[in-house]
Parts: sequence; C-alpha cells; structure tokens
Amino acid sequence: MTIMISYLFLQHYWWVIISLLAGLLVFLMFVQGGQSMIFSLPVNDTQKTMIVNALGRKWEFTFTTLVTFGGAFFASFPLFYATSFGGAYWVWIAILFSFVIQAIAYEYRSKPSNVLGKKTFDIFLFVNGAAGPFLIGTAVATFFTGSYFSLDYMNHVKWVTPWHGLEALTSGRNLALGLAVLFLARTNGLLYIMNSVEDEELCNRSVKKLITNSVSFLVFFLFFLITLLLSKGFAVSRETGIVVMEKYKYLHNLVQMPVVLIIFLAGMAAVLYGITVTILKGNRKGIWFTGAGTFLTVFALFLTAGFNMTSFYPSAYELRSSLTIMNASSSYFTLKTMMYVSFIIPFVALYIWYAWKAINRKKITEDEMKEEGHVY
Amino acid sequence: MIELADLSLVDWSRAQFALTAIYHWIFVPLTLGLSFILAIIETIYVRTGNEEWKRLAKFWMTLFGINFAIGVATGIILEFEFGTNWSNYSWFVGDIFGAPLAIEGILAFFLESTFVAVMFFGWNKVNKKFHLASTWLVAIGASLSALWILVANAWMQNPVGMTFNLDTARNEMTDFRAVLFNPVAVDKFTHTVFSGFLLASVFVLGVSAWYLLKKREEWMAKKSILIAAIFGLVSSLLVAFTGDNSARTIAKVQPVKFAAFEAHYYGKQNAGLTAIGILKKSDRKIGNLEVNDFIFRINIPGFLSVMTGGDRNAYVPGINELLNGPSEAAKTMTVTEKIEKGSDARNALTNYKRAKMINDTEQLENMKAYFKTNEYADKYFRYLGYGFLQVPEDAVPNVPVAFYSFHLMVMLGFFFIAVCLVALILVLRDKVLKNKWFLWIMLLSVPLVYIASESGWVLAEMGRQPWIIQDLMPVSVGVSDLSTGSVITTFILFAILFTALLIAEVSIMIRQIKTGPEH
Repeated sequence: MTIMISYLFLQHYWWVIISLLAGLLVFLMFVQGGQSMIFSLPVNDTQKTMIVNALGRKWEFTFTTLVTFGGAFFASFPLFYATSFGGAYWVWIAILFSFVIQAIAYEYRSKPSNVLGKKTFDIFLFVNGAAGPFLIGTAVATFFTGSYFSLDYMNHVKWVTPWHGLEALTSGRNLALGLAVLFLARTNGLLYIMNSVEDEELCNRSVKKLITNSVSFLVFFLFFLITLLLSKGFAVSRETGIVVMEKYKYLHNLVQMPVVLIIFLAGMAAVLYGITVTILKGNRKGIWFTGAGTFLTVFALFLTAGFNMTSFYPSAYELRSSLTIMNASSSYFTLKTMMYVSFIIPFVALYIWYAWKAINRKKITEDEMKEEGHVY
Repeated sequence: MIELADLSLVDWSRAQFALTAIYHWIFVPLTLGLSFILAIIETIYVRTGNEEWKRLAKFWMTLFGINFAIGVATGIILEFEFGTNWSNYSWFVGDIFGAPLAIEGILAFFLESTFVAVMFFGWNKVNKKFHLASTWLVAIGASLSALWILVANAWMQNPVGMTFNLDTARNEMTDFRAVLFNPVAVDKFTHTVFSGFLLASVFVLGVSAWYLLKKREEWMAKKSILIAAIFGLVSSLLVAFTGDNSARTIAKVQPVKFAAFEAHYYGKQNAGLTAIGILKKSDRKIGNLEVNDFIFRINIPGFLSVMTGGDRNAYVPGINELLNGPSEAAKTMTVTEKIEKGSDARNALTNYKRAKMINDTEQLENMKAYFKTNEYADKYFRYLGYGFLQVPEDAVPNVPVAFYSFHLMVMLGFFFIAVCLVALILVLRDKVLKNKWFLWIMLLSVPLVYIASESGWVLAEMGRQPWIIQDLMPVSVGVSDLSTGSVITTFILFAILFTALLIAEVSIMIRQIKTGPEH
C-alpha cells in the first residue's frame, strides 16, 4: 500500500521537528543558566569546580542541539535560514561568538599553561551563560513581533535597518522574552545543580536563588505572554495566501488548536510544580518536572508561531515578504527524504538517555571528580 | 535579476569564510585520526588487560580532548556562516545543501557528543566494553560528520541530482542518491578522511619521537610509533590512491581547475605531469590572464596525457583551449560558448520573472514548457553562472595558488609515505632509538603534515574560484547583502579570537606533552 503524503503535511511535520528541537534546546540551556551564576552561586573554589563539572559534562548536548537546530532549519526552511541569518547578521554573530568561547572554556579553564588564565575562561562561561539564552530568546521573540526585511523576486533578503538584527533589542516585548528565557535557564540550572551535586550548603544557596530567579522568569514571561495574546498577529489568509494583521491572532491560535493549548498549559504547570516542590519540600528532582515543562511550553509556543495559517517569521516592514511554513520550506522531495532521516531521532534520543543515565549514576563530589580524573 | 555584489564585500566575505575554514581544518583532521588511534589502543588494553595500555590511551585522550574542543568551537561558525555571509547562496541551494548538514547533526554530532562524554567521564561508571564501544563510536561519529559535510562540499564542486525551479528561483533536489554518490563526494570523503588519519599518525609519531629524544617514556613512545606507523602507512597509501582518483575526476568535471593546478596553459600531446616546479610570470597573455612559465621543472613525461586520456599521445587541453577553443581541442564546450549559453539562461530567467510580474499567463506557460525540456537544462541552465562572467578569463582561478598548493600537498604526501614506512621498519627492528636523525625527521614532520593538509583545502576551495557552485553561481552572486564594514569588523573579531584560542591550545598541548602520561 502506498501512502500519499501531501506537501502540506510534510511542511507541518518539519515545523513539529523544529519545534521539538527548540523545546529541547531551551531545556538544555540549563547549562548556560548555570554558567551565568558561576561567580555568584558558589562560596568557595570547590563548589565552583563542582558546578563547572556538573554543567561541563552536559555542555555538548546543548551545543549539538543548537547546531542541529540550525541544520534542520536550513534543510527544511532554507528561506528562513537565508533571510534571518543573512539579515539579522549581528544578533546571530553575537550568539555564535558566545558559543565559540564556551566550547573551549570548559576544557581549557583549569589546564596549566592556558595563556589566558582561569578567570578569563570563567568569564567566557559567564558571558555565554548570560548572553546565549538572552539573545536566543530575543531573536525568537521576533517570530511573533516581526523583523524589518524585504525579499525581492529572486527571494534575496534586504534588511532595511542598518542595525542588522540589533534593532530587535529596542522592543520591550522582545526583551521580555529574552529575559524570560534567561531566568528560565537559570532556574533550570539551579535545579540541575541541586540534582547532580552533593553539597548541602550549595543546595541551600540554590534554593534561595531559585526563588528570585523563578519569580523573575514568571514576571517577564507573563508580560510577554499577555501582550502577545492581546496583540495583533501575522495571519495568512486562507483564501488569498496573503499575510494580514489579525487582532488576537495568537490567542485565536491557542483556542483554535486545543491540543497546543493543553500542551502549553501542561508545560507551564510542570514548570511551576518543579519549582514549587523544590522550594517547599526540598525535593531534588525538580529539574525533571521543570525541564519537561520547559520543553512542552517552548514546543507549544513554536507551534503557535507556525501553525494555523500564521507567519512564523514575519516582516513588520513589508507583510508580503513574511515567511510561512508554506513559502519558506524545502521542496516536497527534500522534505520527504528528510522525513525518513528524522525517523532515526527516537533511536538517537534513546542512546543519549542511556549514556546520560550512565554518567549521572554517581553524584558529583570532590572524591568523585578525583576518581574520574578528567576534571574541568 | 540577480545582482553582482560589490567586490570588496565579496573579498571580505571570502576572507572571513577562509579564515574560519582554515582554523577549523587545523583541528578536525587530528580529531578524525586520533579518535581511531585511541580506539585501537583501548582495544589492545581491553584485550590484554595491561594497565600500561590504559595509561597510554588516557594520555592520547587528554590531547584529543584539548584539540576536540577547539574543533567544535570553530565548526559552529562555519555552519552558520553559510547563512550569515552567503545568504543568497543558501537560498539557491538550501534545498540540497541543507539536507546533508541536518543529517550531519542528527546522525553524527549527537553520536560524537554523547559518547565523548562517556569516553572522558565513564572510566569508573561503565564497564570496560561499554567504554570501548563509546570510544569507537566517537571515532565513527567523527568520520560520519566528515562524510556529510563533504557530500555538501562535493555538490558545490559538481552539482548533481537537482533541477532548477523557476518560481522559487532555486535548485531543488530530485535524486538524493546522486547527491550522496556524486563521484566527487566519494573521492572527497575518502581522500579527506584518510588524510586526517595520516595527519594524526604523523602527529603521534612526532610527539613519540620527542619523548625518545628526551629519553623519556620509552615503552609508551615505541608502542605509539608502532601503531601510528602502521595506521599512517596504510592511510598514506590510501591518500595517494584516492588523490589520484580525485585528480582524474576533477579533470572531467572541473577541467579549468585541473589545468590551473597543473599550470597547463596551452594544450598539447604527450603532456608531462609536473613533479616539482617553480613558476615565473612571462610576457605572454591569454586575454587578460597573465601566463606563467616554469623557471624550474621536473616532470614525468607523458603522464598527464596518460592520466586524462589513457595514452601518451592523448591531447590534453590547456587553459587557453578551454577558454577560447576550438571546441575539438577543448574536448568540451569552451568557456566562451558557456558564457553565451549562460547569458541566454540568465535572460530567460529575467524574462520569466517579468512575465510573472505582469501576469502574462500565455507567455509564462510557453516559457515553462520550454524550461522543462532537457535541452534547456543541459544546454543552457547548467551554465547559468557563466552569464555573470564578463570575459572567459574570469573563469580561471589564481593559477600560482592552485599550482603550489597542489604540488606542495602531493610532494609532502609522498614524503609521509616514506616517513611511515621507515618508522615501521625501525620500530619493528627495535632500532628507532639508535637513529636520532630519524627521530628529528618524525618531529619536524608534524608542522609539515599540517601544511600539506591545509594546502589540500586551499586547492579545493581557491581552485574552484570564481564559483561558489561550479558553473551555476559565482561567489559575487552568492554573498549576503551586508555592508563591507560589518564583514571587516567580524573578520577582525574572529581573527583575534581564533588566534588567541589557537595560542592557548598550542600552549596547553605542549604543556601536557611535556608533563607526559600519569604515573
């Protein structure tokens, strides 16, 4: 039996994959969140080393997810890749810069003769930890608020502000999502450190920090969410395919896609539950609830941005240049070929989970690090 | 129509990409090869249970880790630079080029990053066999990632398996197998990966030689030399074999590049292959292209004719014939003819877009029907890029750069076959310590192998100029619409950052080597 797969189905399928990767990426940015506190959380060098090692054993997952996210976007929605990366140049370059300095910082920070000194590499970790989530959050906010570009008839991008993406930092809503992602990453970072490091004092300090960071997350996220739901959105007309502004578009999306709404609410509930049980009951497994909740919430937000006849990368300058999952996607053949490749993802997830469990079997302590030998 | 970008913007964008690629390629080949050497050493440890082998594996693993981190750091920039600096190109080919990049992430990077964590932190957490499997998976993951990025690069050298969609103005993949098994991809993957194995072998030989010169770690150094010499010898022979294949393929699909790296300006029968040569500018010109003569040359008579035509009397066209003909001499369509065809294709595309703008349906349907024919695809569209060239000489890369990078690579390649062979003989006869001169050769081979390796990429990329995609798109059309100042700024930022990181990496590496394995 041959199953006919429509082009539209494939475009939706690939947006789901992109959304899944986005959810995974934001969850894994607990590494960045933790890094942003390496100067403020520990009270002595031993604690700092334990934090760095707890995060350092996972940094590559975040990094690889980011790279795969970029690769998957390139393969499935190349017009987005060309438009956003080539247009919002400075934002992406800043993000990349912050990840380059992260990639060597763990391995080099405590190695003798590292030229730049431990402090510099720790600053690298801090910069990546703070700037990475904030800038990625701000860039993703433009999926809802729009950017300033125009596409010509050859689909070549012209960015119409000389700031090439930095103008996104002038919008309160973009900043709010950037800060929300940063504080969520810090919240997850604290929960992960509590879960994987065995140190009573560090744990107590983490709980205190957890309160301020999770409240900050909620304030910024709710601000973004409420303004988003009450604002106009970039809708694609079912009749003409033209992008038009629609009042309460994103609110409509959630109402018209109840499954997405349920995922979103379940995600938020899990985020809050993980934080609450940690603060109130001293539970050390909060990361699994808040982490899963983060994944679901981001997944649902991405679906809201791209599904239900919505432009996922709108141009606030020229509506007709806005990108949708229909006009920005790869060809039918490529999407279908790539769909077969994507079937391997569950297998990849399985071995990651298996290896992750094997490494996390023992909590990180001073003795554990000595035993293992490879210390960051 | 597609506009040609400001030249300085193109040059700076190329410089930035070249900078990133050159830095990235300092680290990747060592990752490719050392991961397998590690896996071999650990396999011996698991089989024999001898703790000395574990110590040896851990020592090379430390060096691997230092190198791996910076390879990852420079790699992420490359992936995103396709979008940031070559956005027009990204759209034009994204339907084809993006797929291998995504597969690289899903299939290879996760394999590498997952098991590299087990490799470093799993000695006391997982059993010996699981650890060993992880080390092998890191090695396989590294080579797999090379496979996909090289498939993508091969497509830029020889675009296959696609059709041009007029409405979206891009190439769309129609045959994934053709892309994957592109003859250039097969050559490029094998040649590049084996060259990485060779580089790592020479690296291990050099470091081990240093210990022997310092009269330290004798057991460890000799065992490392034994493994690296065998692995290196096999790899170096495979590098030579795949390199030869690669050159023959280039002669077919990129004849101008082939003629350029041989500095073969004028066609002739019984053409010799240059082994060593030094070029000097002559007074002659082909159009506006300055011709270089050999002031010194050792060549293998008739070999170029044998390589490309099967016998000594075969005629090998030079740059002159490939550009200006006659067609019989060029053995293919000349660049002059391709420029005509390319201009036609470019005009047809513009007319189509115009007809679309004014919604002239009849004209559109007629044109569409014609564009769908094989005649149009084979005779016109495949030369679209030539429509942007002004004169035939624009299709020629920088000849001295192509020539020297090619010959330096080949010469050093043969030298390393000898190094590995002699190392193997000496270590098997247990005479390696007695031949101090050879220990020095092994040590001094380390910088040379890096030069050879980088030369290969200079040849591949500079030799493809002016194309970003051979015959379809010149670099000047693929570039992002940015201000030159922006690109200069990021170039400087990256240059400073990468150089600082490289200094740190080399310093850490030297210190770790001086410290030696744990006792």
